[in-house]
This record gives sequence, C-alpha cells and structure tokens, in this order.
Amino acid sequence: MHHQIYIGLAIILPLLGTVMIWMSGSRPNQREVVTVITSGLTFLCVLQLLPEVLAGHQPELHVTELLPGLEISFKVEPLGMLFALIASFLWIITSFYAIGYMRGHHEPNQTRFYMCFAIAISSALAIAFSGNMFTLFIAYEVLTLSTYPLVTHSQTDEARRAGRVYLGILMSTSIGLLMVGIIWTWAAAGTLDFTPGGILKGKIDDGLVIVLLFLYMYGIGKAALMPIHRWLPAAMVAPTPVSALLHAVAVVKAGVFTVLKVIIYIFGADFLTETGASIWLMYVAGATVLLASLVALTKDNLKARLAYSTVSQLAYIVLAGALATSHSLVGGAMHIAMHAFGKITLFFCAGAIMVASHKTEISQMRGLGWRMPFTFAAFLIGALSVIGLPPLGGSWSKWYIALGAADADQLVFIAVLMISSLLNIAYLIPVFARGFFGPREEEEAQMAGSHEDHGDHGDHGDHAGDHDTATHDAHDASDAGKRIAEAPMLCVVPLWITALGCVALFVYSDWLYAMLSPIVK
Amino acid sequence: MLREHLPVLVIIIPLIAAPLCILFRGRDQAFGIALLATWGSFACSAVIAAKVMASGTLSYELGGWPPPIGIELRIDALNALILLIVSGIGSVVAPYARNSLLLEYVEDRSYMFYCAFLLCLCGLMGVAVTGDAFNLFVFLEISSLSSYVLIALGFDRRALTASYQYLIMGTIGATFIVISIGLLYQATGTLNMADIAQRLPEHGYDRTVIAAFAFLVIGVALKMALFPLHQWLPNAYSYAPSTVSAFLAATATKVSVYILLRFLFTVFGVQFSFDILPTAVPLTILAILAMFIPSIVACFEHNVKKVLAYSSVAQIGYMVLGIGFVTMTGLTAGILHLFNHALMKGALFLVLGAVFYRIGSCNIDRMAGLARTMPWTMAAFVGGGLSLIGIPMTAGFISKWYLIQAAIEKGWWHIAVLIVASSLIAVIYIWRVIESAYFREPPEDLQNVKEAPLSLLIPAWILVFGNVYFGIETSLPVSMAELAARSLLGAN
Repeated sequence: MHHQIYIGLAIILPLLGTVMIWMSGSRPNQREVVTVITSGLTFLCVLQLLPEVLAGHQPELHVTELLPGLEISFKVEPLGMLFALIASFLWIITSFYAIGYMRGHHEPNQTRFYMCFAIAISSALAIAFSGNMFTLFIAYEVLTLSTYPLVTHSQTDEARRAGRVYLGILMSTSIGLLMVGIIWTWAAAGTLDFTPGGILKGKIDDGLVIVLLFLYMYGIGKAALMPIHRWLPAAMVAPTPVSALLHAVAVVKAGVFTVLKVIIYIFGADFLTETGASIWLMYVAGATVLLASLVALTKDNLKARLAYSTVSQLAYIVLAGALATSHSLVGGAMHIAMHAFGKITLFFCAGAIMVASHKTEISQMRGLGWRMPFTFAAFLIGALSVIGLPPLGGSWSKWYIALGAADADQLVFIAVLMISSLLNIAYLIPVFARGFFGPREEEEAQMAGSHEDHGDHGDHGDHAGDHDTATHDAHDASDAGKRIAEAPMLCVVPLWITALGCVALFVYSDWLYAMLSPIVK
Repeated sequence: MLREHLPVLVIIIPLIAAPLCILFRGRDQAFGIALLATWGSFACSAVIAAKVMASGTLSYELGGWPPPIGIELRIDALNALILLIVSGIGSVVAPYARNSLLLEYVEDRSYMFYCAFLLCLCGLMGVAVTGDAFNLFVFLEISSLSSYVLIALGFDRRALTASYQYLIMGTIGATFIVISIGLLYQATGTLNMADIAQRLPEHGYDRTVIAAFAFLVIGVALKMALFPLHQWLPNAYSYAPSTVSAFLAATATKVSVYILLRFLFTVFGVQFSFDILPTAVPLTILAILAMFIPSIVACFEHNVKKVLAYSSVAQIGYMVLGIGFVTMTGLTAGILHLFNHALMKGALFLVLGAVFYRIGSCNIDRMAGLARTMPWTMAAFVGGGLSLIGIPMTAGFISKWYLIQAAIEKGWWHIAVLIVASSLIAVIYIWRVIESAYFREPPEDLQNVKEAPLSLLIPAWILVFGNVYFGIETSLPVSMAELAARSLLGAN
C-alpha cells in the first residue's frame, strides 16, 4: 500500500513545488530553496520504490478511469525505475547548476523557468511510471507543452522560431502518428496496458506490424530519429540547464524510453523478431547514428555539436530496440543511464564555459582549458564515456548493444557502432584538445586583440550587456594566460558529480544489469 | 406534481420570462429575470437528464392531448444532452452578458437583449424537447428569428449585413424544412415524429418521401452551416457581439445537428437514409472538405473571431463525419463532439469577449503581447485552444479519440489520417494567436491594458474548467452519448 503513495508523491511533489515556486516568485532565495528541497524529496520518493523493484515486485497505482477500460494508472517496472532514478537524481544536480548558471548569466523570468522545469520533471516521472500507453501519451504531451516555455525562454525571434520547430515537430508527430498508433493498438488489442511479452501478438495482421511500428517510431518524435530530429538542435536556444537535463536526459530519454517500452511491452521483442518488422528500423537507426555524427563534425557551436551527438546516441538505443534481442534491449536500457550521465556532463561544461567566458563556438576556445582546467577535465571524462571507452560507463552499454547485434546476426551494425565511436572521437576530443593545445602564453598577447573582436561577433547568443565582460575577459587573458577563471562553484561541482557518475556506472554496471535483466525474461 | 411537468417547464420558463423582461424594463430587473430563467431551465434540464438516464425516455402530452392529435414532448438521452448543453451554456452566458460591452452599447434597452436571448434559448430548448415535426419547425424559427436580432446587435455596422445574410440563408433553410415536413405529412398523415417513423415503411419510399428527405437534409445543412452552405456563419459569428457569438456557436448549430440526427435516424430510419439512399458518402465527403477548407482559411484570417468562426465550420465537419460512419462508435463520437465543442467554442468566444472589452478589437495584431497585460484571459484562451486541438486531458481529446477509433473500426485508414491531419491545422491557427499574445511586443497604445474584470473572467474560466473536467471525468457525456447513439441506431 505505502508504495502507491510513493508513486503518487514522486509525480505530485514536483507539481506542488511548482505552486510553491510560483508563490515565492519575488524572493529568489526562497524560490531556489524550494526547488532544491522539492528535487531532493522527489528523489527520495523514487528511491523508496527501488528495493521493491529489486525484489521483483511491480507496485501499481490506479488513478482514474477516463473511458471504460482506459485508465490513468502507474506501474513501476525496472526500465521505468531506471529512468525515474536518473531523471530525479539529475534534477537535484541540475537544480544547483541552474542556480549558478541562471544567476551567473542574469537570465530574466527565472520563476517561470523553475516552474516549467518542475512540471517537466513531474511529467518525465509520470512517463517513467506509466502503466499503460495511454497514461504515457498524456504525460508525453504534458512534457512537450511544459518544455516549450523553456525552449523559448529568451523570447527573442530566434527563440520563437526554434519554438515553432520544437512544438511543430513534437506535436505533429505525436498527434499525427503516435495517437493513431495508440488508437489502432487499442482497437486491435482491446487494451493498452504494458504487458511483458506484448499485447499485439495474434491480434494484428503480420504485414501490418511494419506500418504500426512505423507509426510508433516516427510518432515518438522525442526519440529524434532522422529525419524528424530537427527539433533537438532547435531546442538548443534554451538556457543550458534546460539543454542539459531536458534535452540530454529527460525529454530525449523519455523518447527512447517510450521506444523501448513499446517494443518490449506493446509489440513484444519475440513478436518483432518473428515478423521481421523491425529490420527497416535497424537501418534507419544505423543511418541516424552515422549521419548525425557526421553533421556534428561540421558544427562549430558547442551546444549544436552536442545536440547532434545526442541525436546519434539516441539512435543507438532505437537500434538496440530494433535488434530486439535480450542483450541489445538491456544494453539499450543501460545506454539511457550511461548517455544521460555522459551527455549532461558535456552540457554542464558547455554552460560553464559560456558563463565563465561567454564563448559558444568551439573555434573560440583555444587555450581555454588552461583557465578552466576542472571544467575541461570533466569534459574529457564525459566525452570518453559517450565515446564508449573504459573505464567509463558508456563502454558497457555499447558492448551489450554490439553483443545484441551479434545475437541477431546483424554484423553490419557492429561496424556501424565502431565507426560511430571513431566519429565520436573526431568531434568530441578536438574540443578538449583545443582547450589545452591551442596557442598560449607568447601567442596569447597578439591573440588577445583579434580574439576580442572575434569573441564579440561570435557571442550572438548572449545579450548586449556581456560585451563589457567579454572585453574584460580578453584583457584578463592577455595579462595572465594561465590564470584560472572557472565558472561559479555551483556550476563546477555539479559537473564533477556527473563526471564521477560516469566512472561509478562503469564500476557498478553489474548491479544495473541485474536490475534490468527482468525486462527481457 | 411539478416533476412530471418538467419537460414543458424547460421551455415555459424562458418563454414566460422573455415578455417579463419587457414588462420590468429596468436593467437589473431584466438581468435578474433572465438569470433566474436560464438557471431555472438548467436545473430542470439536469433533473430531466437524471431521470432519462435512470428510467429511459420521457413522454409528455401537451395539454393532456394524446399524441396523434396533441403535441407530444419526447425526451430521450440525445434530447436530454442537447437540453443540458443549451441551458448550461445559457446559464454561463447570461451573467457574462451583464458586464460585457454589449449592454453598454444597447444602453437603456438592455431588456430587449435579454428578451431576444431568452426567446432564442426557448426556441433551442423547444427543438430539443418536442416530438412533433411541425412544432420542431416552429421552435427552430423562434430561435432563428431571435438570433437574427441578436447578431444585428453587433457594434460593427457590418453586423447588419451579416445578420441579413443569415436571415436570407436561414429562411431558405427553414422553408426547405417546412416543405419537407409538409411532404411527410402528406405521405403519412401525421406530424408526430414517432408516428411518421412508424408509418413511413408502410407507406413505402416513393418520390414524395425522397423529396422530403432531400429538402430536409439541404435545409438542415444550411442551418447548421455544413460546408459549402456555411457562407453566412463566419460573418454572423464574427460581427455579432462576443456574448452572442459564444452562445450561438455553442448551441445553435448543435441543435441543427440534432435535427439532422433525429430525422435521419429516427424519422426516416437508418435503413432508408443510409441503405436505400446513399447519404453516407456525400455526408462524409462534405464533412472532410469541411474539416480542411475552412480550417485552412482560418489560418490566414486576422480577426480572431473569424478564425474561431471558420473553426466552427470545421468542427461541424467532425460531427457530420461521425454521423456519416453510421456505426455505434461513430455516432457516439459525433454526439460527444457536439457536447465538447460547445464547451470549447463557448470558452474561446467568451475569452474573446473579455479581450474586446479591454482593447476594443479581436485583431491578431492588436492582441500582440496581450499575455503580459491580461495573463488570466490569455491563459483561458490557451486552455480552450488546447481543447480545440485535442490535447489529452481535455474534452477535445475524448471526441477525437472516439472519432479516430470509429474510423479504424470501419477500416477507413485514410479517414483516420485525415482526422489527425486536420486537427494539426487547428494547431496552426490556435498557435498563431498564442504566439502573437505571448511573444510579440504590445502595440504602443495598448501597453497599459488592465486585466479583464472578474465578471467576464469567471464565466470564461468555468467553461475552460469544464473542458478539463470533461476531459478527465468523461462518464457523463460518454454514457449519454452512447445511450443516444444506441437509441438512434436501435430505432430500426
């Protein structure tokens, strides 16, 4: 009984937090305290459910029946548990980071920012715990709508255009394809409950499985499968904490999480392999992995590069789902966690660089590593984890996905994974390298003059008031090239926590594997 | 004692209250009378609905005359639902009207407005309770004539031409309907709808009956603004005062849809309407055209009231599409949408009334930046807009859900896709307004607009709340719509 309370609390607490953030809008300190406390309590609630799930139980909570047989209900199973843990834990870290970033960056409308953030987390947790496709769909839509004000936070024309792309793609795919798929499933199977082994077997013509799978995979726009990935780079106009938690973790992971849920609990992995309906999806996902990496190579804006990297990494998970073997599914689920920690670290670093030096373009970051060594070191850890090298978490998930590809006799995808790793190296490592191996000391003085102009032109993402600081920084640089000028502590400590998380995930991966393995039984 | 007279009370109350408004004249007296009358008939409707759901169809003999001779009032689930919609919207709109600009505009003749409003209400309720074909026509004309007056009250002189246009089109429609009823009377010798339904098969489906059918469908299509007979509606709704637009958009076309349902399914019967005559195909085609063309037009309109008016034409398309399926789910979807659309369009038009109250315009450019100065008003617009788009947890979603399910059940995939595609167009025209209000700088003369008064906000928010409530707790509309659909289909 008491586990139901925790499910409800985990979803309701952030909403209560939203109201309290709103009420303390005029007192920033109180508002931030509310955010932090809410995130902490929410994580505790989620944590309370963990022993139950590890013991093999699946606590349920039935809220209300919307239409006969169609209810809003929650059920905690390992996959959702994992996603909820990640989202709620990283929310705490991001809250601290956001405080440092938003204040350091003098962002307006911070109350609205924190409110929408809390709603987004609440809906991400509702997605994680949803007991049927219908509940998931509702939470999915709330997540889209609540993140829209975050994407358009700056309210500039650029933000508005990006918001249009964001909302346009996510809404049109979810209403246009996903909803049709869900209603079709409902009409065919008579239920939408997530059931181990799937609900569609024998209920739908084998030939139509491909069509239905298409509706789902392209309906879940948040999984950013090419060519409907455009919303993700567009969303990068948002403040960096949003890009970090929502567009590297909560929103995009909600997408791939839904993909895995649909494949495991709606279609059923065996059913998919029997009908061969997911073969096209493997190729689309494989192509997305490579193409997005190639596009990332061409991006000079750090956040844009990370965004395309995310598109590519999300496609790993879709690929894992499409392979639908027990190794690949567990690997895909693990990759949700691994990539979350790796990518949020990278985004935190991008934000810290922006706060400390107002630099957004990679070409401007020459020698910056000497001034921000902690940030750049953490960047390296995150990058290595995303690339998938030991001793970092990302290596395990890639390993299992590759194993899954071997199980499924789709060896070409092992090659795809390996090429992708090389591409990851090619676009992530130069950022770090430029930070340390760029010209410094003797060249610094002559650099400073040109650097200054360059920096000002490049800073289009910032507001006009930053010009003073940018000039000031450039002078600083010419005075003492190696002087440390890190971002505020509230920015640097969180990014180290997540970086260490990447290491911890490597060490404790067996625990993760044990927790996730029931999903493929 | 009073309870058994409920079916007649719902029409008697506004009918008596209307002249009372003129007798008492004073602004407050007239308001008080109108408020009591609308709330009273809403209470009666609620009791009737409860009775119908509990014990089935109610029949009431007017003046104690048994049906073939006297007029029978006959209320089943469908009628009860229509009664609830009309009187419910009326009850929200009546207090709203008191503080809207409308009453300042008509100055000391506000009793005239209330009189016309009550007559319109009476007519619409009358259509929904009567079981007599000719009586139905009479009530329809009471409501139509009074709505011409209401529309002509608009502040813009174009309201007069809009009303005139509606008058011409509406009268043609009414004439067609009365011709149809005349032909039916000639064929069957009765005006009681249940009787006509019984005698038609014996009489046989000769040319008279087919002509009656054609006249009726065209006449009702005109009244309910089914594409391409919708020309009168966009102007009428956009130049009418917002209060009137809200009331008419939420009720008048719904009652016409009811007439179509009643005649197609009960009077002519499913077999004649859909098996002998190929009605379903043209209805479906027109419905789909209605879902698209007016929606696309709405995307290019600058007057937000006109956007909503075109959207109303599109929404009629959804209802007719549901009817065109001729299945249990399809009919349920159509009837549900009737209910849900009343909620969302009512809410949106009331919001626009509040906007007009403060800035004197509903132009999308004049509404720029309005979310800063009138946050609660624009939040209500977002709420109603989301429901119109069909976001989950709003009423609009429930009707879309049933509609798509109906299409899938019939195996009409292309139609399911079209339903979805057309609702994406709604995203565009609603989002244009939201973007303008939330992202653009307000015009210079509108920097210091105040939030709308509570007397306008509360009614609008009640309907927005209704959209959310009936998006979550769907048992009332769904059970009534299902019961209605069953009885419509089961009649044959």
